[in-house]
Amino acid sequence: MDVGIVGWGAYVPRHRIKVEEIAKVWGSDAEAYKKGLMLREKSVPTPDQDTITISVEAARNALRRAKIDPQKIGALYIGSESHPYAVKPSGTVVAEAIGAFPSIHVADFEFACKAGSEGMFVALSLVKAGQVEYAMGIGADTSQGAPGDALEFSAAAGGAAFLFGGKPEEIAAVCEHTYSFTTDTPDFWRREYQFYPRHAGRFTGEPAYFKHVLSCAKRTMEIANLTPKDFQWAVFHQPNGKFPARAATELGFQKSQWEQGWLAPTLGNTYSGASPMGLSAILDVAKPGDRILMVSYGSGAGSDGFVWRVTDQVTKLQPLARHTRAQLEDRPIYLDYGTYAKFRGKIHKVTE
Amino acid sequence: MLGPARYWREVPQRYRYEAAKCAKCGKVFFPPRLVCNKCHSKEFTQTTLAQTGSIETFTVIRVAPTGFGDEAPYAVGIIKLDDGVRITAQITDCELDKLDIGQKVRLEFRRLGKEGESGILRYGYKFVPVA
Repeated sequence: MDVGIVGWGAYVPRHRIKVEEIAKVWGSDAEAYKKGLMLREKSVPTPDQDTITISVEAARNALRRAKIDPQKIGALYIGSESHPYAVKPSGTVVAEAIGAFPSIHVADFEFACKAGSEGMFVALSLVKAGQVEYAMGIGADTSQGAPGDALEFSAAAGGAAFLFGGKPEEIAAVCEHTYSFTTDTPDFWRREYQFYPRHAGRFTGEPAYFKHVLSCAKRTMEIANLTPKDFQWAVFHQPNGKFPARAATELGFQKSQWEQGWLAPTLGNTYSGASPMGLSAILDVAKPGDRILMVSYGSGAGSDGFVWRVTDQVTKLQPLARHTRAQLEDRPIYLDYGTYAKFRGKIHKVTE
Repeated sequence: MLGPARYWREVPQRYRYEAAKCAKCGKVFFPPRLVCNKCHSKEFTQTTLAQTGSIETFTVIRVAPTGFGDEAPYAVGIIKLDDGVRITAQITDCELDKLDIGQKVRLEFRRLGKEGESGILRYGYKFVPVA
């Protein structure tokens, strides 16, 4: 039985901060960061935006495309490392807001930046197993970088939602193969009660991101008996612009294959939302018959690989919701560092 | 503070914009009420509010009440929805000096507030300008 995406949608906040604005405050070399990270600016959530609000908007965009009765959604999973509550699910708010309750299985997932693709994997598998008719997987984050830390240049906000189903006439992208590559690699973490995450500097590169993404991508293609030439599109986790560009090139993909899903240079790192948002941007423009390779990465560490085959249905669904790149380019509002610090809760009004 | 119980009671309106339409005269009530104040009917059907509209009027809050200080300055307006219903809501993601009466807006799901540092988070609708 073929199972796949019957609706997808992303949400990008409108506010941005440029690398120069952050570098100015901390005396950093903006040009060096822009070149080193291949990143010019990042999205910033307003104080009234969080993983829940982004998930609701992304889920509504997915439903605008799927046009199904939300009551038929049997499972909903949100992957994030910035769930607004420590104890109380994000998914219950989203399920109620989209009208997919009370007969639904809901859970919040956590696995650093891989939590979104984890939710997608489980939602997809439940539909494949025949347990539910439709299931939704969402990846969304409003992650924080400590003031002055390298992460502050990239930690951004955004998310994407995918609705999975098994009716051939509704599927816009069939999932042909999946594979997961997981080891215990302590490259990035946040302990309980800590506000900002910590990372192991350069250790986050070779033994962490590159080992997992490259191994997962190679094995996924091996299982599928496919090579980079068989794909029209590829999308990788994007903690910055540089890592996915290097990974794609090492695997043998051309820039024309990965540029559409490469959002990091102007979006930043949306953590659990990163590779799902890239996939959403690709589905917005993909043609029937196209193949897409998607590889996520979550610190700690692991990668999920997916091979998607786009169907004729995609062209009918593409115009039904706002495209990911159109949102990214829609009237950005640029912030100075002071307003950014207020938006991110780094400073508060004294009377509060 | 609303407290969890009152917040929970308002979820159908705050999350899904559920309104009541009088079965006899068609007047829409948001939030729903038991008796129509136009024809006194007690029969209603459930309807969902339009999620786009235009700004009827607005003001900018610069001296905010407790709990909203970090958000000030911010705009609050009366929005005339495309189905004719008028509702009061915050207008966000906007440059305050460029807001205008008649401007087209659409609804977005946002955090409305938080009850102190350890209380519940409240969610619902706000409006954002459309291009």
